[in-house]
Amino acid sequence: MLTVKSLHAHYGNIHALKGVSLHVRSGEIVALIGANGAGKTTLVHSICGLLKPTKGSILFEDNDLTRLPPETIVRRGISLVPEGRQIFATLSVEANLEMGAFIHRKDRAGLRRDMDRLLERFPVLRQRRRQLAGTLSGGEQQMLAICRALMARPRFLLLDEPSMGLAPLIVREIFDIIQELRGEGRTILLIEQNARAALQIADRGYVLETGKIVLQGEGRELLAHREVQRAYLGKGAKPIWDA
Amino acid sequence: MKPEGVSIWEPDKECMGVEELRQLQLERLQATLNRVDRHVAFYRKMFRDIGFVPENDLADLDDLKRLPFTTRDDVSNSYPYEMFAVPLREVVRVHSSSGTSVNPRVVGYTKRDLKNWAQLVARILASAGLTHDDVIQVTFAYGLLTGGLGIHYGAERLGASVLPTSVGRTERQIKIMQDFRTTALVCTPSYALIIADKMDELGVDPKRLSLRHAVCAGEPWTEAMRREIQERLFVTATDNYGISEVMGPGVAGECLAQQGMHVQEDHFLVEIVDPKTGAPCEPGELGELVITTLTKEAFPVIRYRTGDLARLLPEPCVCGRTFRRISRIEGRCDDVVVIKGINIIPERIGDVLEQVKGERPVYQVVVTRQGNLDQLEIWIEVTERLFFDKMREQRTLVDDMRQKVANFIGIVPRIKLVERGSLERIDGKVKPFVDHRRTSQ
Repeated sequence: MLTVKSLHAHYGNIHALKGVSLHVRSGEIVALIGANGAGKTTLVHSICGLLKPTKGSILFEDNDLTRLPPETIVRRGISLVPEGRQIFATLSVEANLEMGAFIHRKDRAGLRRDMDRLLERFPVLRQRRRQLAGTLSGGEQQMLAICRALMARPRFLLLDEPSMGLAPLIVREIFDIIQELRGEGRTILLIEQNARAALQIADRGYVLETGKIVLQGEGRELLAHREVQRAYLGKGAKPIWDA
Repeated sequence: MKPEGVSIWEPDKECMGVEELRQLQLERLQATLNRVDRHVAFYRKMFRDIGFVPENDLADLDDLKRLPFTTRDDVSNSYPYEMFAVPLREVVRVHSSSGTSVNPRVVGYTKRDLKNWAQLVARILASAGLTHDDVIQVTFAYGLLTGGLGIHYGAERLGASVLPTSVGRTERQIKIMQDFRTTALVCTPSYALIIADKMDELGVDPKRLSLRHAVCAGEPWTEAMRREIQERLFVTATDNYGISEVMGPGVAGECLAQQGMHVQEDHFLVEIVDPKTGAPCEPGELGELVITTLTKEAFPVIRYRTGDLARLLPEPCVCGRTFRRISRIEGRCDDVVVIKGINIIPERIGDVLEQVKGERPVYQVVVTRQGNLDQLEIWIEVTERLFFDKMREQRTLVDDMRQKVANFIGIVPRIKLVERGSLERIDGKVKPFVDHRRTSQ
């Protein structure tokens, strides 16, 4: 469904992605794990059109995305749940959801129906529908961020660090939701520092180090991999600081 | 996709679409290059020397052709662990190649490498028609060579019943075959025929055995040999290919169409090149098989020259597998001699003989075949230093040489002392190797 081929991207002078290739098949959960500064978010931004890659290609269902603006990419069916959630704290929960449906803003009825369905599904958000989003707990904000992305009716969902700053129990809840979303036929690229949680639910995974893919394999396989364990699962390992 | 009745071990991989396969190969190749660039001094130097930066310069599979080849000597020179790409604590198995050089070529496997290896061998056994119901007798050497254990773990992965009989003792092999109701024999093609000969001699009727398959590898063989094996043992004989430096058995294997071996392209990239110029050969053209590993962790190789001659067969196969096929190995493109499945470089035998008396004798390696049994002979021209009046001393010298060579290559040779000047010469130089296997029958 998504094919990234030999992608390079720069942040100013920093060569953040160095020839990254990966693919996500329809219906898969693929995890991209790596330390801080490895280039994970750069890849996400390149896919979403927020950053122009310097070289390489991103194909989504055989169409090149690399030259398209973010809005067109969302229309193609790719939606982002950004790092740190990025909800609109001073807007209500409902208003946040409406923002997510920006590309469907003319379809008021459909928008309403989508929102009702989501609020049905996440009763916590329903209770707080008129509350300002900034007053929600971390887990609730993450749920909101996911729902906001879903309002665009994506077939492909990019989740950037959904577990960040959340308590383990809440992480579990969020990851259950991610699995449900896949169950509904959505394809998911999951970017995570929490390698254990991500690889547990992923069909396949890639390990990104200093802008390069160094390992790949099935989720379970990587979870059992000594290198991954040492570097990312904290089994008697020093964290990696080099970038 | 796959025709009715064809059993494929991992259809989602073995029948993968070409485009998907190319993307997977690219991803895996890039990761492999990133890893060797970081962890293997030999490759880092190779890349620096030609100004190749993996992350920039490998954007496409074809870019691989810019890189130089890795040779047998490169691997020998990094004896024992220099070319390993992971620390030894990650290595859970070590094998080595047969002694064609002074330093054998040592290879290692991580836990994941072993898992992949078993899986790939299982694929090959399944493509040869074997299932979990088979009783598989493995007559490859168990030990440092990859043949025995390589097949063994794959056969277990398949779920078959495995008889690790290892090499030799043909009568015992036949007795086991009868009593244990072996259904599949894993052997070198020449050993299949040795077994057939022995059965004739013992009066064993192969029709009364449970044997249905001969899974052959380890040396070049011919279609005529296949026919003979099939007719005499009443089996389906299939070909498969492996090489220790690349992994061992499991690199490529024939399906029941018996029209060449499917390369496990999701784990290996193959090229066929002109052995002299290194230029790529046209599909169908005979050339040297060059292999790059895509998933090996402990011992990845980039563009490894196998020394084996084969052809690439790009046409689709009737079995439904999309992996391209290579022809049977039609020979060696260097001075390597394969005898009893072991690779020997005649030149290296001279190195061993030199250790005995401190000087390099004039010698010739001669291989003969009696029936189907290969015999290694070393003919040595007698000199003053190699000649003794006393029989006992003379015998000690010969025994010593025989022992040293046997320790080195694992085959006990017959040593013959011959008159000076009697060895066949070309342009005044003694031919290092004479093969009488085809003519002596």
